[in-house]
Amino acid sequence: MNTHNCETCPVHNVSNLTKLGINMENFDYVVALAGNPNTGKSTVFNNLTGLRQHTGNWPGKTVTRAEGGFQFNNSKYKLVDLPGTYSLLSTSTDEEVARDFILFGQPDVTVVVVDATRLERNLNLVLQVLEITDRVVVCLNLMDEARRHNLSVDERTLMKELGVPVVPAAARQKEGMDNLLKYIDEVATGKFVCKPFRTKNKLKDLSRAVSSLSKMIDKEFPGLPNSRWVALRLLEGDQKIIDAIRDDELGKLTRTGDKKEEEVFIEESLNE
Amino acid sequence: MNKNETINSSSREAIIASANSMRWEVGEDFHDTLMESIYSDAAEIAAKTVTKTDEKQIYHWDQKIDRIVTSKLLGFPIMFLLLALVFWLTVEGANVPSAFLASILIDTIHPILKSASAGIGVPWWIDGVLIDGAYLAMAWVISVMLPPMAIFFPLFTLLEDFGYLPRVAFNMDNLFRRAGAHGKQALTMSMGFGCNAAGVIATRIIDSPRERIIAIITNNFSLCNGRWPTQILIASIFIGAVVPSHLAGLVSAGAVVAIALFGIFLSLVVSWGLSKSVLKGEVSAFSLELPPYRPPRILQTLYTSLIDRTIFVLWRAIVFAVPAGIVIWLVGNIYIGDLSIGEHFINWSNPFGLLLGLNGVILLAYIIAIPANEIVIPTILMLTVMSAGMVGVGEGSGVMFELDSAADTAKILEAGGWTLLTGINLMLFSLLHNPCSTTIYTIYKETKSAKWTLISTLLPVAMGFALTFLVAQIWYLFAA
Repeated sequence: MNTHNCETCPVHNVSNLTKLGINMENFDYVVALAGNPNTGKSTVFNNLTGLRQHTGNWPGKTVTRAEGGFQFNNSKYKLVDLPGTYSLLSTSTDEEVARDFILFGQPDVTVVVVDATRLERNLNLVLQVLEITDRVVVCLNLMDEARRHNLSVDERTLMKELGVPVVPAAARQKEGMDNLLKYIDEVATGKFVCKPFRTKNKLKDLSRAVSSLSKMIDKEFPGLPNSRWVALRLLEGDQKIIDAIRDDELGKLTRTGDKKEEEVFIEESLNE
Repeated sequence: MNKNETINSSSREAIIASANSMRWEVGEDFHDTLMESIYSDAAEIAAKTVTKTDEKQIYHWDQKIDRIVTSKLLGFPIMFLLLALVFWLTVEGANVPSAFLASILIDTIHPILKSASAGIGVPWWIDGVLIDGAYLAMAWVISVMLPPMAIFFPLFTLLEDFGYLPRVAFNMDNLFRRAGAHGKQALTMSMGFGCNAAGVIATRIIDSPRERIIAIITNNFSLCNGRWPTQILIASIFIGAVVPSHLAGLVSAGAVVAIALFGIFLSLVVSWGLSKSVLKGEVSAFSLELPPYRPPRILQTLYTSLIDRTIFVLWRAIVFAVPAGIVIWLVGNIYIGDLSIGEHFINWSNPFGLLLGLNGVILLAYIIAIPANEIVIPTILMLTVMSAGMVGVGEGSGVMFELDSAADTAKILEAGGWTLLTGINLMLFSLLHNPCSTTIYTIYKETKSAKWTLISTLLPVAMGFALTFLVAQIWYLFAA
């Protein structure tokens, strides 16, 4: 058997992963970890960073962000563990932390950890994340429990439907982490181009309003990747988004290539 | 502001203005329609990808267990029994290793250090401050706190990892709503059983500011990591000592459960009081998800509970115990007239202490241990010996000692004027006093309000004084 090919494949080569703990200086990419409560985000976080965030079997354990670093294939990543949320459209503080980070923090990759045994409800969040950002990797976690409950998930179909990588995993057993790393790397470096699923509007008035608003937003903030989503939030009267436009915070995000200023802003918006 | 910026800011305002006008055109309910389409898309995708091979078996076990542990009839009794079991294992299991550690650190190493320092001619006061103060305080804290924590924390973490805590919240949620608080407060309360500061941060899951403040103020009524060992210690030393030795373990475990439950009861009563007075308002609805039971990962649980909790709490205790040990030695060895400072204070505050069913020693120990309430007990024992002026028990004034037999304990306590009342009130006072400094700081950070921080800090102390006073007066009435 030719094992040589296996060794050169990045998936096989776990030694490509260097856990950096809280040492996050000079990272190349920012990766956000989102997902419903109690799907194992913190376990994935610990596996990748080598840190030992306290994990607990109950929803709502992580209410603030936790950050850590890892190195894979010569790129340094900063990983941000977000609080678990069922949706990005409500107004409680913990959900706001997650939403603001995905929107304003503009992570290079957003990993959505989903519970394979409760896929339908978890997909609600995935679809909402896909509205905000293109670059998503879905980590289909708790596959071990799904197997125990005689559930099988066809990850290829899911991948095709969502238009983003889907990685089956069992984080508690460290299963699937190598594949997850591979896809994070490919999406971050642009090797994998996502074509995310977008919910079709069933309201004609709404589609018209969103597209005319998003045109105005595109003109004002060229380069903003999620103008349609911003338009939608504006229509809903989301005060945070209104303020972000009024104070030109959105503009600062898109205009400046200076990472430092962006960082400062992220810190400000999250430490409120 | 230059011209360019003005144009930009007006075009930004234009976006907001057109959004405002369009909002009327699209209608109010588009949010719901949007959510519906997301939900139906999610359902469609899920239907395409998920196959169930045996529908009947799914969640079979989870549901069976849940039907028992969250049942109206058995839910609470099971909760009490599980708690009692955990404490009983802790109390019974900690005795032997505690005595072993004490015999090494205190009976063996301490004399060696003393004779070594005498050999090289260290002045008596340096020797006293460092070896009889700092070293002994540290040794005492390790031998008395490490074993119960090393047993209690892994057991508690296993329950948490298994998924039992959300069931506790589920059982409690109705009670909290009837008290006018948010049902999720049951969750933040459970979190407070680990650490009050973490519990206070966890209240972010509560949307309504009114209910959140209630949850923050009452979180202190959950016994935390720092106070569990203290309660277990007080119970096994002071409550367990007054019953026959074969019952000691059970009775002390029962006493700790009773105090923990009393804390939950107070949490409900205070929530109710607040929501009927200063924090009036409607109760908001919410849904609580019961996570699936997961087989606990034994090794990882052992590791994280030992490193994250046991060592963390122990280290904090040691850091505070060393300076406290020095202070204890000083108050026991600096004399004004015939008496040391410590004895002066004890004599002066004793009448007030007795009014509360406590005594001057406990009050002094509490003041010395303000930065870390974990070390109250070692301090109390040392001060008791000092003030009772016993020769032959303990090692002299200002020296912390260990108690390796129940008879020794009883003798010292009798001499110090201890009764069952003192033990009970000490446990009550340990439940009801101000939160630790970390929690107070967290409360301030979360509420950004000096007023609520002050209330959260002072309310429990005031309640502690009131309750111990009441219990003492009733006790004296019946004892007399």
